[in-house]
Amino acid sequence: MSELYVILLLTLDATLRVATPLVLCAMAGLFSERSGIIDIGLEGKMLAAAFVAAAVAAVTQSAWIALGAAVLASCGLALIHGFACISQRGDQVVSGVAINILASGLTIVLGVAWFQRGGQTPPLPPEARFMPIELPGAKAAAAIPVIGTFYEEVVSGHNLLVYLALAVVPLTHWIVNRTRFGLRLRAVGENPQAVDTAGISVALLRYRAVLICGALSGIAGTYLSIAQNAAFSREMSAGQGYIALAAMIFGKWRPWPALGACLLFGALDAVAIRIQGVKFEGFGEIPVQFIQALPYALTVILLAGFIGKAVAPKAIGVPYAKDRR
Amino acid sequence: MSAGASGLPRWADIGLLPLINVALALAAAGLIVLAIGESPLNAIRIMVLGALGSPEGIGYTLYYATNFVFTGLAVAVAFHAGLFNIGGEGQAYIGGLGIGLALLALDRFLPFVLLLPLGLLLSMGFGAAWAFVPAYLQAHRGSHVVITTIMFNFLAAALMVYLLVNVFIAPGSMTPESRKFADAAALPMAHDLLAAIGFKVPSTPLNLSLGVAALACVAVWAFLWHTPWGYELRVVGQSEKAAIYAGIRPKRIVIGAMCLSGGLAGLVGLNEIMGVHHRLFLNFVAGAGFTGIAVSLMGRNHPVGIVLAALLFGAIQQGGAELSFDVPSITREMVVVIQGLMILFSGALAYMARPFLEGLFALRGEPSA
Repeated sequence: MSELYVILLLTLDATLRVATPLVLCAMAGLFSERSGIIDIGLEGKMLAAAFVAAAVAAVTQSAWIALGAAVLASCGLALIHGFACISQRGDQVVSGVAINILASGLTIVLGVAWFQRGGQTPPLPPEARFMPIELPGAKAAAAIPVIGTFYEEVVSGHNLLVYLALAVVPLTHWIVNRTRFGLRLRAVGENPQAVDTAGISVALLRYRAVLICGALSGIAGTYLSIAQNAAFSREMSAGQGYIALAAMIFGKWRPWPALGACLLFGALDAVAIRIQGVKFEGFGEIPVQFIQALPYALTVILLAGFIGKAVAPKAIGVPYAKDRR
Repeated sequence: MSAGASGLPRWADIGLLPLINVALALAAAGLIVLAIGESPLNAIRIMVLGALGSPEGIGYTLYYATNFVFTGLAVAVAFHAGLFNIGGEGQAYIGGLGIGLALLALDRFLPFVLLLPLGLLLSMGFGAAWAFVPAYLQAHRGSHVVITTIMFNFLAAALMVYLLVNVFIAPGSMTPESRKFADAAALPMAHDLLAAIGFKVPSTPLNLSLGVAALACVAVWAFLWHTPWGYELRVVGQSEKAAIYAGIRPKRIVIGAMCLSGGLAGLVGLNEIMGVHHRLFLNFVAGAGFTGIAVSLMGRNHPVGIVLAALLFGAIQQGGAELSFDVPSITREMVVVIQGLMILFSGALAYMARPFLEGLFALRGEPSA
C-alpha cells in the first residue's frame, strides 16, 4: 500500500473527528433557522454543554449522565434564546451574542470556583468518556487492501457520538423534508402568517425548533469535552460554533450540502495540522492561519453570490406578532 | 424605537426601564456569586470601591470606558442605519493594525504633532476599510452584514496572528509583539497632563484618547441629528422604501454608515496601541467590540446614553478586576458574565418589564382619570 494512501486515510479519519461537532451544530442551527430564528448562539450553547458534560462526568463518572446533563444545559440556554426571541420578540442576534458571552464567562467562573484548576475540569478516566468503538470485523478487514484498510482506518474506531452525528444528517433531512412537522417548520420560517392562519401555533413550532437545536448543540459540546478530549478547558469550542453556522449557510440551509460543507471545513482543519511547517515546491510554507481563515473567507465569498446563491428562509430574524401586518 | 406607542411616560421609558434591566442583570450575577459561595453584597461593595473609590480606580474606569465609547458609538451609528455591526471587534483590531503600521514606519522621523493626526487617520481608515467589504457586499450583493462581519472578525484575528508571528515580531523576541514605538509616538498620559497643571494623581493607563472619545460623541451627535447626511442615514434605518421615495440612495448610505462605524471602532487602536501599550500585540481589543453592543443597546443608541453606559461598563471592568484580586474564588471572567447578562437583559429582553411598569402607571393614573 502506498504511503500516500495511508496519509489520505489518516487525513480522512482526522476529518471525521474534527467535523463531528460541526455537523451536530450545523444541523442544530438548521432546525432553528429554518423555523425563522437566527442562532448565532451555537458557539455558546456548545461551550456550556462541553463544560457541563465534563463537570458532571468528573463527579458522576458516567458518560451517559454527563450527556444528559449537557443536553439539559444547552436546552436551558436555547429556552432563554427562545423566550427572548419568540415570547419577548427581542432581537435574535443580540440574544445570541448574549448567550455566547454569557457561556464564555460562566464556564470559566464556575469552573475555577468548583474545580480550582484554572478553568480546567479534572481529567476523566476512560469509563467516564465516550471511547472509540471498533466495528465488527475491523481487525480482519485490515488485511484486505484498499477497501479493508479504509474500513479499518476511517470507518471503524470512532466513538459513538461520531456515528450519531452522521446519523443525524439523514434524520434531519427526513424530518425537515418528509414529515408534517418539517413542512410546518419550513412554512413557519418562510411565512408565519400563513401557518398562523392555518390554526397552528407559530410560537409552539418555533419553541420546538429551538429546543431541538439546543439538544443537538448539547451533544456537540459533550463530544468536545468527554469524547474528543478528556476534560474541559477554557474556550475549548474555539469558534467551531461559528464555523458550523458558516457551514450551514454554505450548505444553503439544507442538511446534505451542510454536511458537505462541514466535511470540507473539517478536512481543511485536518490538512492544516498536517502541513504545518511543511515546505512546498515553489510556494514555500503555507501559513496555518491562511488555512484556518479559509472557512470564513469561503463563506463570505459564497454569501456574496460568487458560488451560487445562498437564500435564507424568508421570515428569518423577524419576530412574529399576531397583531402586526 | 417604539417609545411613542407605549403607555409609559417618556422618562420612565428611557430612564426607569434601563435601570430595571441593569438591576435584573446584576441580580442574576448576584445569584451566580451566591452559587460560588461568596456574598453578592460584599462583591458589589468591592466592585464599587475598586472602580470609584480611589483616583487610581477612577483612572482605570475612564480608560476602559474610552474603548467602550468608541465601540458603542460604532454599533449605534450602524443601528441608526438599520444595520447590526457585530464586527466591531475585528474593525478595532485592524484599526490598531493601521495605527501600528504608521507608527512602526514613521515614529523615528516625525514629531508627535504629525504622528497624532496620522494615527487618528489610519486607525479610523483601517477600521473603515475592514467594514467596507461587508458593507459593500450587503449593499450590492445582498449578503447579510451580521454574518459577514462575524466572519470578518475571525479573518481579522487570523490576519493579525499571521502578521505578528511572521512579520512584526521584534527580532530576538519570543512573544508575538512588535518593537516598542519611539517616545514621540506616545499619546500624553492623563496623570502627566494633570501633573503639568498642578494636580498630583497616581499613574493609570488613562490618556488623551478620552478627549478624542468625548469629541467623537459630540461629532456623532451632530452628524446624526444636525446634518443632512445624518438625516438620510436615519431615514434609511427607519424605512428603506421611504428613503428611496425621498430620493436617498440606500446603498451609499449603507456603505457610508458601516465605514463610519468601522472607523469609530478602529479608534480603540488609538487608545490601546498609541495611548497605552506603544506596540502591536495580540488580542488588544479584548472583547471591547462585543461590549460595544451592550453599551449601545443600554444607551439606546444615543451618545449621552452611550457615555453613561460606557462608564458603567468601564466601572464593571475595573471593579471586576479588583474583585478577582480580593476574592480569589471569583475570577476576572465574572466581568464577562456580567456583560453577557447585561446584553441579555437590556438588549434581547429589553422590554420584559414594560407590561409590568405600564400596569403600575395605569393603576396610578386611574384615580385622577
